[in-house]
Amino acid sequence: MIRFSNVTKRYPGGQEALSDVSLHLAPGEMAFLTGHSGAGKSTLLKLIALLERATRGQVVINGQNLAKLGRRRVPLLRRNIGIIFQDHRLLLDRTVYDNVALPLIIAGFPAREIGRRVRAALDKVDLLGKERAYPITLSGGEQQRVGIARAIVTKPPILLADEPTGNLDPDLSREIMGLFDQFNQVGVTVLVASHDLDLIRTMNKRILVLRQGRLVDDTAAAA
Amino acid sequence: MTPRPPPDADGVRAPAAPGDRRLATRLATWALRHAQVFFESLGRLSRTPFSTLMTAAVIGIALALPTGLHVILKNLQQLGGGLESAARISLFLKKDTSEAAARRMVRELSALPEVARVRYISRDEALAEFKRLSGFGAALDALAENPLPAVIVVTPALRQAPEAAARLLAQFKAYPAVDLAQLDQQWIQRLYALMDIAARGVQVLAVLLALGVVLVVGNTIRLAIQNRRDEIVIIKLIGGTDAFIRRPFLYAGFWYGLMGGAAAWLFIALALGALAGPVDQLAALYHSGFSLQGLGAEGAAVLMGLSVVLGLAGSWLAVGRHLREIEPR
Repeated sequence: MIRFSNVTKRYPGGQEALSDVSLHLAPGEMAFLTGHSGAGKSTLLKLIALLERATRGQVVINGQNLAKLGRRRVPLLRRNIGIIFQDHRLLLDRTVYDNVALPLIIAGFPAREIGRRVRAALDKVDLLGKERAYPITLSGGEQQRVGIARAIVTKPPILLADEPTGNLDPDLSREIMGLFDQFNQVGVTVLVASHDLDLIRTMNKRILVLRQGRLVDDTAAAA
Repeated sequence: MTPRPPPDADGVRAPAAPGDRRLATRLATWALRHAQVFFESLGRLSRTPFSTLMTAAVIGIALALPTGLHVILKNLQQLGGGLESAARISLFLKKDTSEAAARRMVRELSALPEVARVRYISRDEALAEFKRLSGFGAALDALAENPLPAVIVVTPALRQAPEAAARLLAQFKAYPAVDLAQLDQQWIQRLYALMDIAARGVQVLAVLLALGVVLVVGNTIRLAIQNRRDEIVIIKLIGGTDAFIRRPFLYAGFWYGLMGGAAAWLFIALALGALAGPVDQLAALYHSGFSLQGLGAEGAAVLMGLSVVLGLAGSWLAVGRHLREIEPR
């Protein structure tokens, strides 16, 4: 589902964020991506969603070689990838409902299907009662859950999360990670970048470790 | 490898991707989205009524100027059209024509249906008039003989085309007593030449001000894009196409154009309303039935249409230029 072959990413100015990274995530697999800040976790996620393009090497997502993906086809790629950010990136002037409905509207879902799907997504993150609220009135954990609902509402086959628990206390963090696990249970390929090693170790999933742009460790989940 | 959509919350399999759905549903959804964005962009403008009205007023003034001048020119042309049929034909008679023959000819001409009025100026009257107007009185006194011919001034009937006057002219030239027949139309031709210049000037002004409207709308939309930068980034992150992002801004350009056109129409209507009274008074003084003509329904429609096109062009320019610069990082 996600395949990196000898991928190097060098930013303008010569700084190398990723060096010769190769990895493969099978469909339906879940993995954590860890390492110190600046190790290249975010860059790796950005290459998957084409927020950046690889300098060298090949990134293949869902059978599609991203190097050959033209600018106009990028939106279609992103519709198949749910992305969750540390700062959740919600639209503050729209209600929870409107935020979660946005990907459906973009993808052109019919109106009657939107309400059903938004409620299903909000139900999954336990926010059904907050659909008329504005994000600013919600707690950090709730905002993050709105971000997750928005990422999964179109049922994308791939879910990426960049430090989704960065601002949350341990209990909330565990709750969020549990959500990812649930999505993975129903077949979604999940890749979560996090530096919270203690939490990650309790999840019993594959762990990829980046150090200074290189993939230095790849531990499979204990059987 | 095909993506495997996860089952729904209630265990039902997820519906197929949007691309597989029936065409009718997709078209309906598409039309509904357009309608929503169409009115949503209007709603967004109405949330900042002051700046929206300011922009509309600027567009309105820019458009009202050339349109108003165009209306004035059209009125002048109409006025000139009335004058044209009043073109006079001067028949200079041969010097040996007797007074009696001349009088007979006057009566003959008066009977023609194409002729409204005939005025006879005898040689003596012509001399007296020339002395009075030219100031060469003393010089003329020195001449032994009156050098001036008698003149019959014929005013063709009103509402006659210029060609009819030319035909009359040819007809009069055939009279044996007529030495020279002349159509006094030069001043009208000069007036027309002047109005042509003015019309060209209005066109140049219109092009410049249209460009101004495009830039005003473009700049307004550019600011709107910058204000919604975060939103654009997020929409791009979750797979919004350029067309999707462009849509509300293009509709905003449409609304600006429409409101600007309406403002221009209003300005012109107000200005003409203010002018109508004095113009009617002046026309009454000249015993003329002339009255100021407005833009008319057709003119208003053209004004609105052009304004909308300019608004769209301005927003298109801004959107094309600035949306590409905003990319999620």
